[in-house]
Amino acid sequence: MTENIRPLPVLEGYSEDFYRFCKRGELRFQRCSDCRAWRHVPREICAECHSWNWEWVKSSGRGEVFSYTIVARALHPAFADSVPYAPTIVEMEEGVRLLTSVVDVAPDELEIGMPVEVEFEAVSEEISLPVFRSIPS
Amino acid sequence: MKKQACIVGVGETAYCRKPGSGMTPLGLQLQASLAAIAEAGLTASEIDGIMPFPNLGRAEEIAANLGCENLRYAATIHMGGAAPAASLQAAAAAVSSGMANYVLLPAGWNGYSGARVRQTVSQDLASIPGGAIARDYYMPFGFTAPPQWYSVLARRHMHEFGTRSEQLGAIAVAMRKHAQLNPKAVMCGKPMTLDDYMASPMLADPYRFFDCCLETDGGAALVVTSAERARDLSPPPVRILAAACGQPYPADEITNRRDIFKTGLTIAAPEAYGKAGLGPADVDFAMIYDCFTFEVLQQLEEVGFCKRGEGGAFVENGRIELGGELPVNTHGGLLSEAHMLGMSHIVEAVRQLRRQAGERQVADAEVGLVTGWGDFGDGSLALLGR
Repeated sequence: MTENIRPLPVLEGYSEDFYRFCKRGELRFQRCSDCRAWRHVPREICAECHSWNWEWVKSSGRGEVFSYTIVARALHPAFADSVPYAPTIVEMEEGVRLLTSVVDVAPDELEIGMPVEVEFEAVSEEISLPVFRSIPS
Repeated sequence: MKKQACIVGVGETAYCRKPGSGMTPLGLQLQASLAAIAEAGLTASEIDGIMPFPNLGRAEEIAANLGCENLRYAATIHMGGAAPAASLQAAAAAVSSGMANYVLLPAGWNGYSGARVRQTVSQDLASIPGGAIARDYYMPFGFTAPPQWYSVLARRHMHEFGTRSEQLGAIAVAMRKHAQLNPKAVMCGKPMTLDDYMASPMLADPYRFFDCCLETDGGAALVVTSAERARDLSPPPVRILAAACGQPYPADEITNRRDIFKTGLTIAAPEAYGKAGLGPADVDFAMIYDCFTFEVLQQLEEVGFCKRGEGGAFVENGRIELGGELPVNTHGGLLSEAHMLGMSHIVEAVRQLRRQAGERQVADAEVGLVTGWGDFGDGSLALLGR
């Protein structure tokens, strides 16, 4: 059933909330209201202090490239025409990391440590993905 | 361990790619299981424990086909490719405590002619623990398959420690060399040099085509029993000196680990060494789960053969080849023999310790180490002895 359709997040549970904010142009992560620890991906409770209290708090949107891979041969048919592309882990200023992509840098020019900031790419009527753009130094 | 358990029978099918096995995954597991049971000198009705591989079989179905009419113990350790070595721990506990007398560990699949590994997560989200996370946070960005997930770890290691492509290549070349001595290996008769490796096309940079394991059809199985019962059987028993397993944290999400190189094996290794009263220096050979080259390097570090960051230098200059200080994957591994889900690594260790490995025999092998790696970094290891 691997189809030639780009895989998209399923809008249910916390993922619905996360991507609803993205649709509005806001990158928000869960933050514990008690010990103030940030977390991603979304979880039920705070693994640091076991608090059930948390909020979706807006990220600064800035971070740096932590690691990446350059996909030269797609292993999902929906990405066959996108190669080469570079799934990238960005470490945010808040400390959490997310898997994303950097849209304005050619894959072979990416560097670990490169400063980046979030923007949003609409991939369907309902869904915008958080992607990143390099910050000129 | 006061009450040691033993591996008393091993069995394999042929391993192949084109044109495919022509059998069902269950059929492959049954064929390998029958071979293992026969080698142990047992009958199927004596098998009273079965540990099916995660997502690839049910004890009920396997028992009904084999005629295991006295089944008492059935369990699966859900750790992907770390399951076989982790199952040795559970099987040893089962036979030592009397929960079962003879435990069968079957594995087998059509990894070539059936659903490919590269597609399994997109086809079945339940096949890995972080399936819904991958769906919602990885796959929309084209981060869809194991070589991509793990290659980000390889790149980070290169960044932090200066690990080089040629060092990953040394691992691929060593596995291929060993496969030339193994007629069962899919890559037997197809030698490869470091130049061949460097010239192979990029798949998920820094992973080239030859950094990736094979996709193959086949099955492998083994039988575990207590040391007391093993004495009554004819094959030379191979003792499970200790086995342990562990998970990275978090195990269901690969990007948010504080220590990105800490895997399940980091937790499991000291436990297994402690239980066995052994250390890395006591090990004569290692069968390291080689889904990709860097995972071999990383596991060699986490299992203590060298310090973290030194794996690149460790694998160079033939150290992990037959005749070297620590022969690794003398059968050719997942990279050059076949992808038998980690089970064939244990089978090869058993053959080495029985001194049945022919041309690829490690001289005077007394203690062998086997690891498993699965899902997003679950780890297991078993220390085996004569």
